[in-house]
Amino acid sequence: MPLTREQIAQRIAQEVESGFCVNLGIGIPTLVANYIPIEKNIMLQSENGLLGMGPFPRESEVDADLINAGKQTITAAPGASFFSSAESFAMIRGGHVDLTVLGAMEVDEQGSIANWMVPGKMVKGMGGAMDLVAGARNVIVAMQHTDKDGKSKLRTRCTLPLTGIKCIKKIVSDFGVIEITSEGFLLVEHAPDLTPEKVKAATEGKMTISPNCRPMKF
Amino acid sequence: MSSKVYDNAALALKGVQDGMTLILGGFGLCGIPENSITMLSEMGVKNLTCVSNNAGVDDFGLGILLQKRQIKKMISSYVGENALFEKLYMSGELEVEFCPQGTIAERIRAGGAGIPGFYTPTGVGTLVAEGKEVKNFDGRDYILERGIRGDFAFVKAWKGDKFGNLIYRKTARNFNPMAAMAGKITIAEVEELVEVGQLDPDHIHTPGVYVQRIFKGVNYQNRIEQKTVSKG
Repeated sequence: MPLTREQIAQRIAQEVESGFCVNLGIGIPTLVANYIPIEKNIMLQSENGLLGMGPFPRESEVDADLINAGKQTITAAPGASFFSSAESFAMIRGGHVDLTVLGAMEVDEQGSIANWMVPGKMVKGMGGAMDLVAGARNVIVAMQHTDKDGKSKLRTRCTLPLTGIKCIKKIVSDFGVIEITSEGFLLVEHAPDLTPEKVKAATEGKMTISPNCRPMKF
Repeated sequence: MSSKVYDNAALALKGVQDGMTLILGGFGLCGIPENSITMLSEMGVKNLTCVSNNAGVDDFGLGILLQKRQIKKMISSYVGENALFEKLYMSGELEVEFCPQGTIAERIRAGGAGIPGFYTPTGVGTLVAEGKEVKNFDGRDYILERGIRGDFAFVKAWKGDKFGNLIYRKTARNFNPMAAMAGKITIAEVEELVEVGQLDPDHIHTPGVYVQRIFKGVNYQNRIEQKTVSKG
């Protein structure tokens, strides 16, 4: 069995170090926050202008002037700050955000990512994704390994319009944890119910199985 | 100094004409200049180029100008919440320049700050880079992006004084401070308009020099796109 969305999020949470400033994208990345222990004292960055995002508000606290980048109502955590969009992206582009987690439609063996456009079908815009992949010191992609027809989303080369080139270092998919190296994909952990060979067989891009490849732990 | 204070949106928006470039603050429906957008709709000005991170929703924000086909071109980063936008774009009725969110913010800031262009790593190797100069600094490629100025800029602030000093509230700040800098004429609408001297200078986000006209807005809806609450 491949991992659930929650398990992907849980595994990514292990990558978050104490004191990190982290930007979490929409979808599975948002769930990562649920698995980061409070003792790690991390600050969540929301690119619409908030560092120190808190949980969803109680009904009585809902404030139209306090939303996250997904336009959801949220709260500000102790130590939070508000700022303009230019300041927010100075933080992002300037490499001050320690970790970005975002979703993808495709990632290729060079670490290029496509997640904003399907020509002729989905044209919503890239939002802040291009800035985030160009600027964060560390970008982790949370994604499904294959599409609903079983076709690999870890490609030799991305086929969809790119969000960024050669910027992804790590993928956590429902099949395993994959690092991007100069040799292509390197499988370092596999979903407990899948063999490394099975993960490799489901991957279009060039994949090497690390000699130390082990089952994922949660 | 003649007064910057106008009694209402109708008086403040005098001079906005067909074919102009407008810069608007706001993120989603948060911190958008609601009164000015309503007035643009009532004025019926057409062939507008609108620079705004988003395009509102079908029946609110810039969506109401799209409904009346007043916008010729949008420069935006994300328009996912607006079905009409997608339809007009796909059919070719609306011209769209997709621009990464941080790049739009910086283009507006640069325009307002007298900087005609700047190099950014964002978008290198993507569709966004097409036709743009690429320059290598210290081993990394960057693309040249241009500053933007508008004939008019529209911003929404929480409090303002009669000189045009502005204070925004929480994440309603977003694109408003940059938009304020980049209008040949910047029109600020505020929830509360106070006398000069009543705002603490240490708390001002936008100094009044950027603002040419200011009015007290009315009937704010402060609409929420995604109301999410925690249990308990």
